[in-house]
Amino acid sequence: MFPLIYAIWAAIHPSEFVTRFEIFVPLTLDNFREAWSQAPFMRYMLNTVAITLLILAGQLILCTLAAYALARMQFAGRSLVFALVLMQLMVVPEILIVENYQTLASLKLIDTYWGVALPYFASAFGIFLLRQTFKTVPEDLENAARIEGCSLLGIIWNIYVPLAKPTYLAFSLVSISYHWNNFLWPLVVTNTEKSRPLTVGMSIFGAPESGVDWAIISAGTLISVGPLLIVFILFQRQFVQSFMQAGIK
Amino acid sequence: MNNKTRQIQAWLLLLPALCLLAAFTHYPVIRTVWRSFAGSGVRMGDALHLDNYRYMLEDEVLLQVLSNSFWYAAITVPVSIVLAIAMALWVNGKIRGVGLLRLAYFTPTVLPMISVANIWLFFYSPEIGLLNNILGLFGADGVNWLGDPDISLYSLMAMTIWKEAGFFMIFYLAALQTISPDLYHAAALENASRFTVFRRITFPLLMPTTLFVLVNALLNAFKLVDHLFILTKGGPNNSSNLLLYYIFENAFSFFDTAYASVLTVLLLLILVFLALLQFGVLEKRVHYR
Repeated sequence: MFPLIYAIWAAIHPSEFVTRFEIFVPLTLDNFREAWSQAPFMRYMLNTVAITLLILAGQLILCTLAAYALARMQFAGRSLVFALVLMQLMVVPEILIVENYQTLASLKLIDTYWGVALPYFASAFGIFLLRQTFKTVPEDLENAARIEGCSLLGIIWNIYVPLAKPTYLAFSLVSISYHWNNFLWPLVVTNTEKSRPLTVGMSIFGAPESGVDWAIISAGTLISVGPLLIVFILFQRQFVQSFMQAGIK
Repeated sequence: MNNKTRQIQAWLLLLPALCLLAAFTHYPVIRTVWRSFAGSGVRMGDALHLDNYRYMLEDEVLLQVLSNSFWYAAITVPVSIVLAIAMALWVNGKIRGVGLLRLAYFTPTVLPMISVANIWLFFYSPEIGLLNNILGLFGADGVNWLGDPDISLYSLMAMTIWKEAGFFMIFYLAALQTISPDLYHAAALENASRFTVFRRITFPLLMPTTLFVLVNALLNAFKLVDHLFILTKGGPNNSSNLLLYYIFENAFSFFDTAYASVLTVLLLLILVFLALLQFGVLEKRVHYR
């Protein structure tokens, strides 16, 4: 917490007061203006939002379908498939940056939103979480719907999805905060402003050799964490509970 | 509906997720192992050879990196856990302001490592940094927190502990609230000392949480290298380099993809080991409940 307070201090005072703590030094918003003009924050922010939402949408769709199949359908090789899915809990995409970069390069997806997002679409964590939730849905509901003539996708959409809402919320919050903050993979696959997210932008902006002063870096940092922080404060309780639910599995 | 259509439907539902999992998890693992034997530099050869592994055995930097990674995990993991338990016990005693405290401890978790590292960089910087200014007030000489090979790794650890401890505390806090007060009443009747209460009641009941946190902390210790990019870039002289960062360097700075693959295989082996550990642990937890 303390570093954040400090960053706010540094950001709203002129740069010569960064290390001097006097209460009555003049306040200023120049640092924000300066930081805003030195880096295309708007563009980075847009990229981050787009990437995070793209990943979330992909994850929700793919994980719902896969989780239903794993929770409620009998088919040969189910436990093997489940084991293959769980492998990803340990071997996260970040570790395989070398090969995944090659794959995306051959698909010509380097430096695009899709390039950043694709490896994360099939989230083992999401599949696992939703599978556990779907298993608690009474099967009678499904049978009743089937007698009414509801299709398979209709059953998933009308029965399972509404009943799993808390799980969806928990997973979404964890996913958003993870991908908003993700750095290593986006650093590897993006190389222009076109697709670079905030975290990667900040790392370039804050590099010591670029010689910006501290007050401005602090202001930039605050700009980059601001939106997430606001969302976090608004959803504080759900956030903490989501992470806990995710942890208890 | 007959069984056959059900089977086909099941596979159709799984297909998109499985394709992507195969493309970005299973296939790359196999490719990595293959490249570690067949590749040289950025190219992929046809013949298998052991050159890359032979190079690994002679690589002194790797030795340094591995020892760094080991100490990094060996220190940050227990310290964060102990701090987390201590903070959770402390916060649990107070009812007022828990929400605010929880917010304060949780903030490091939701903020990006990169942004936070930028602020820490400022604490650590030698001339104008906050830490050295505070030391200066007491007349002590400034320390080169990130530039001194003996200290840089510890400076990184401090930031990691700061970030992780608050996150783990949340889990402990939740676990503490599930412990029945009756147990404490019983202990009070027996005149048990506070230490005994902790050792005999609180700690054993926190065990499942500790195991979960332990596995996560260990994984994070190998997975999370974002702050290196801002704070030290692995330097000076590799004194703060960690395995995943070293892989990144080899692949994208030195363009030695084959050697990066060897290192990835090494990291995968470490993770497999941790996974086996977790399965053993999980099994125990099931018996425990």
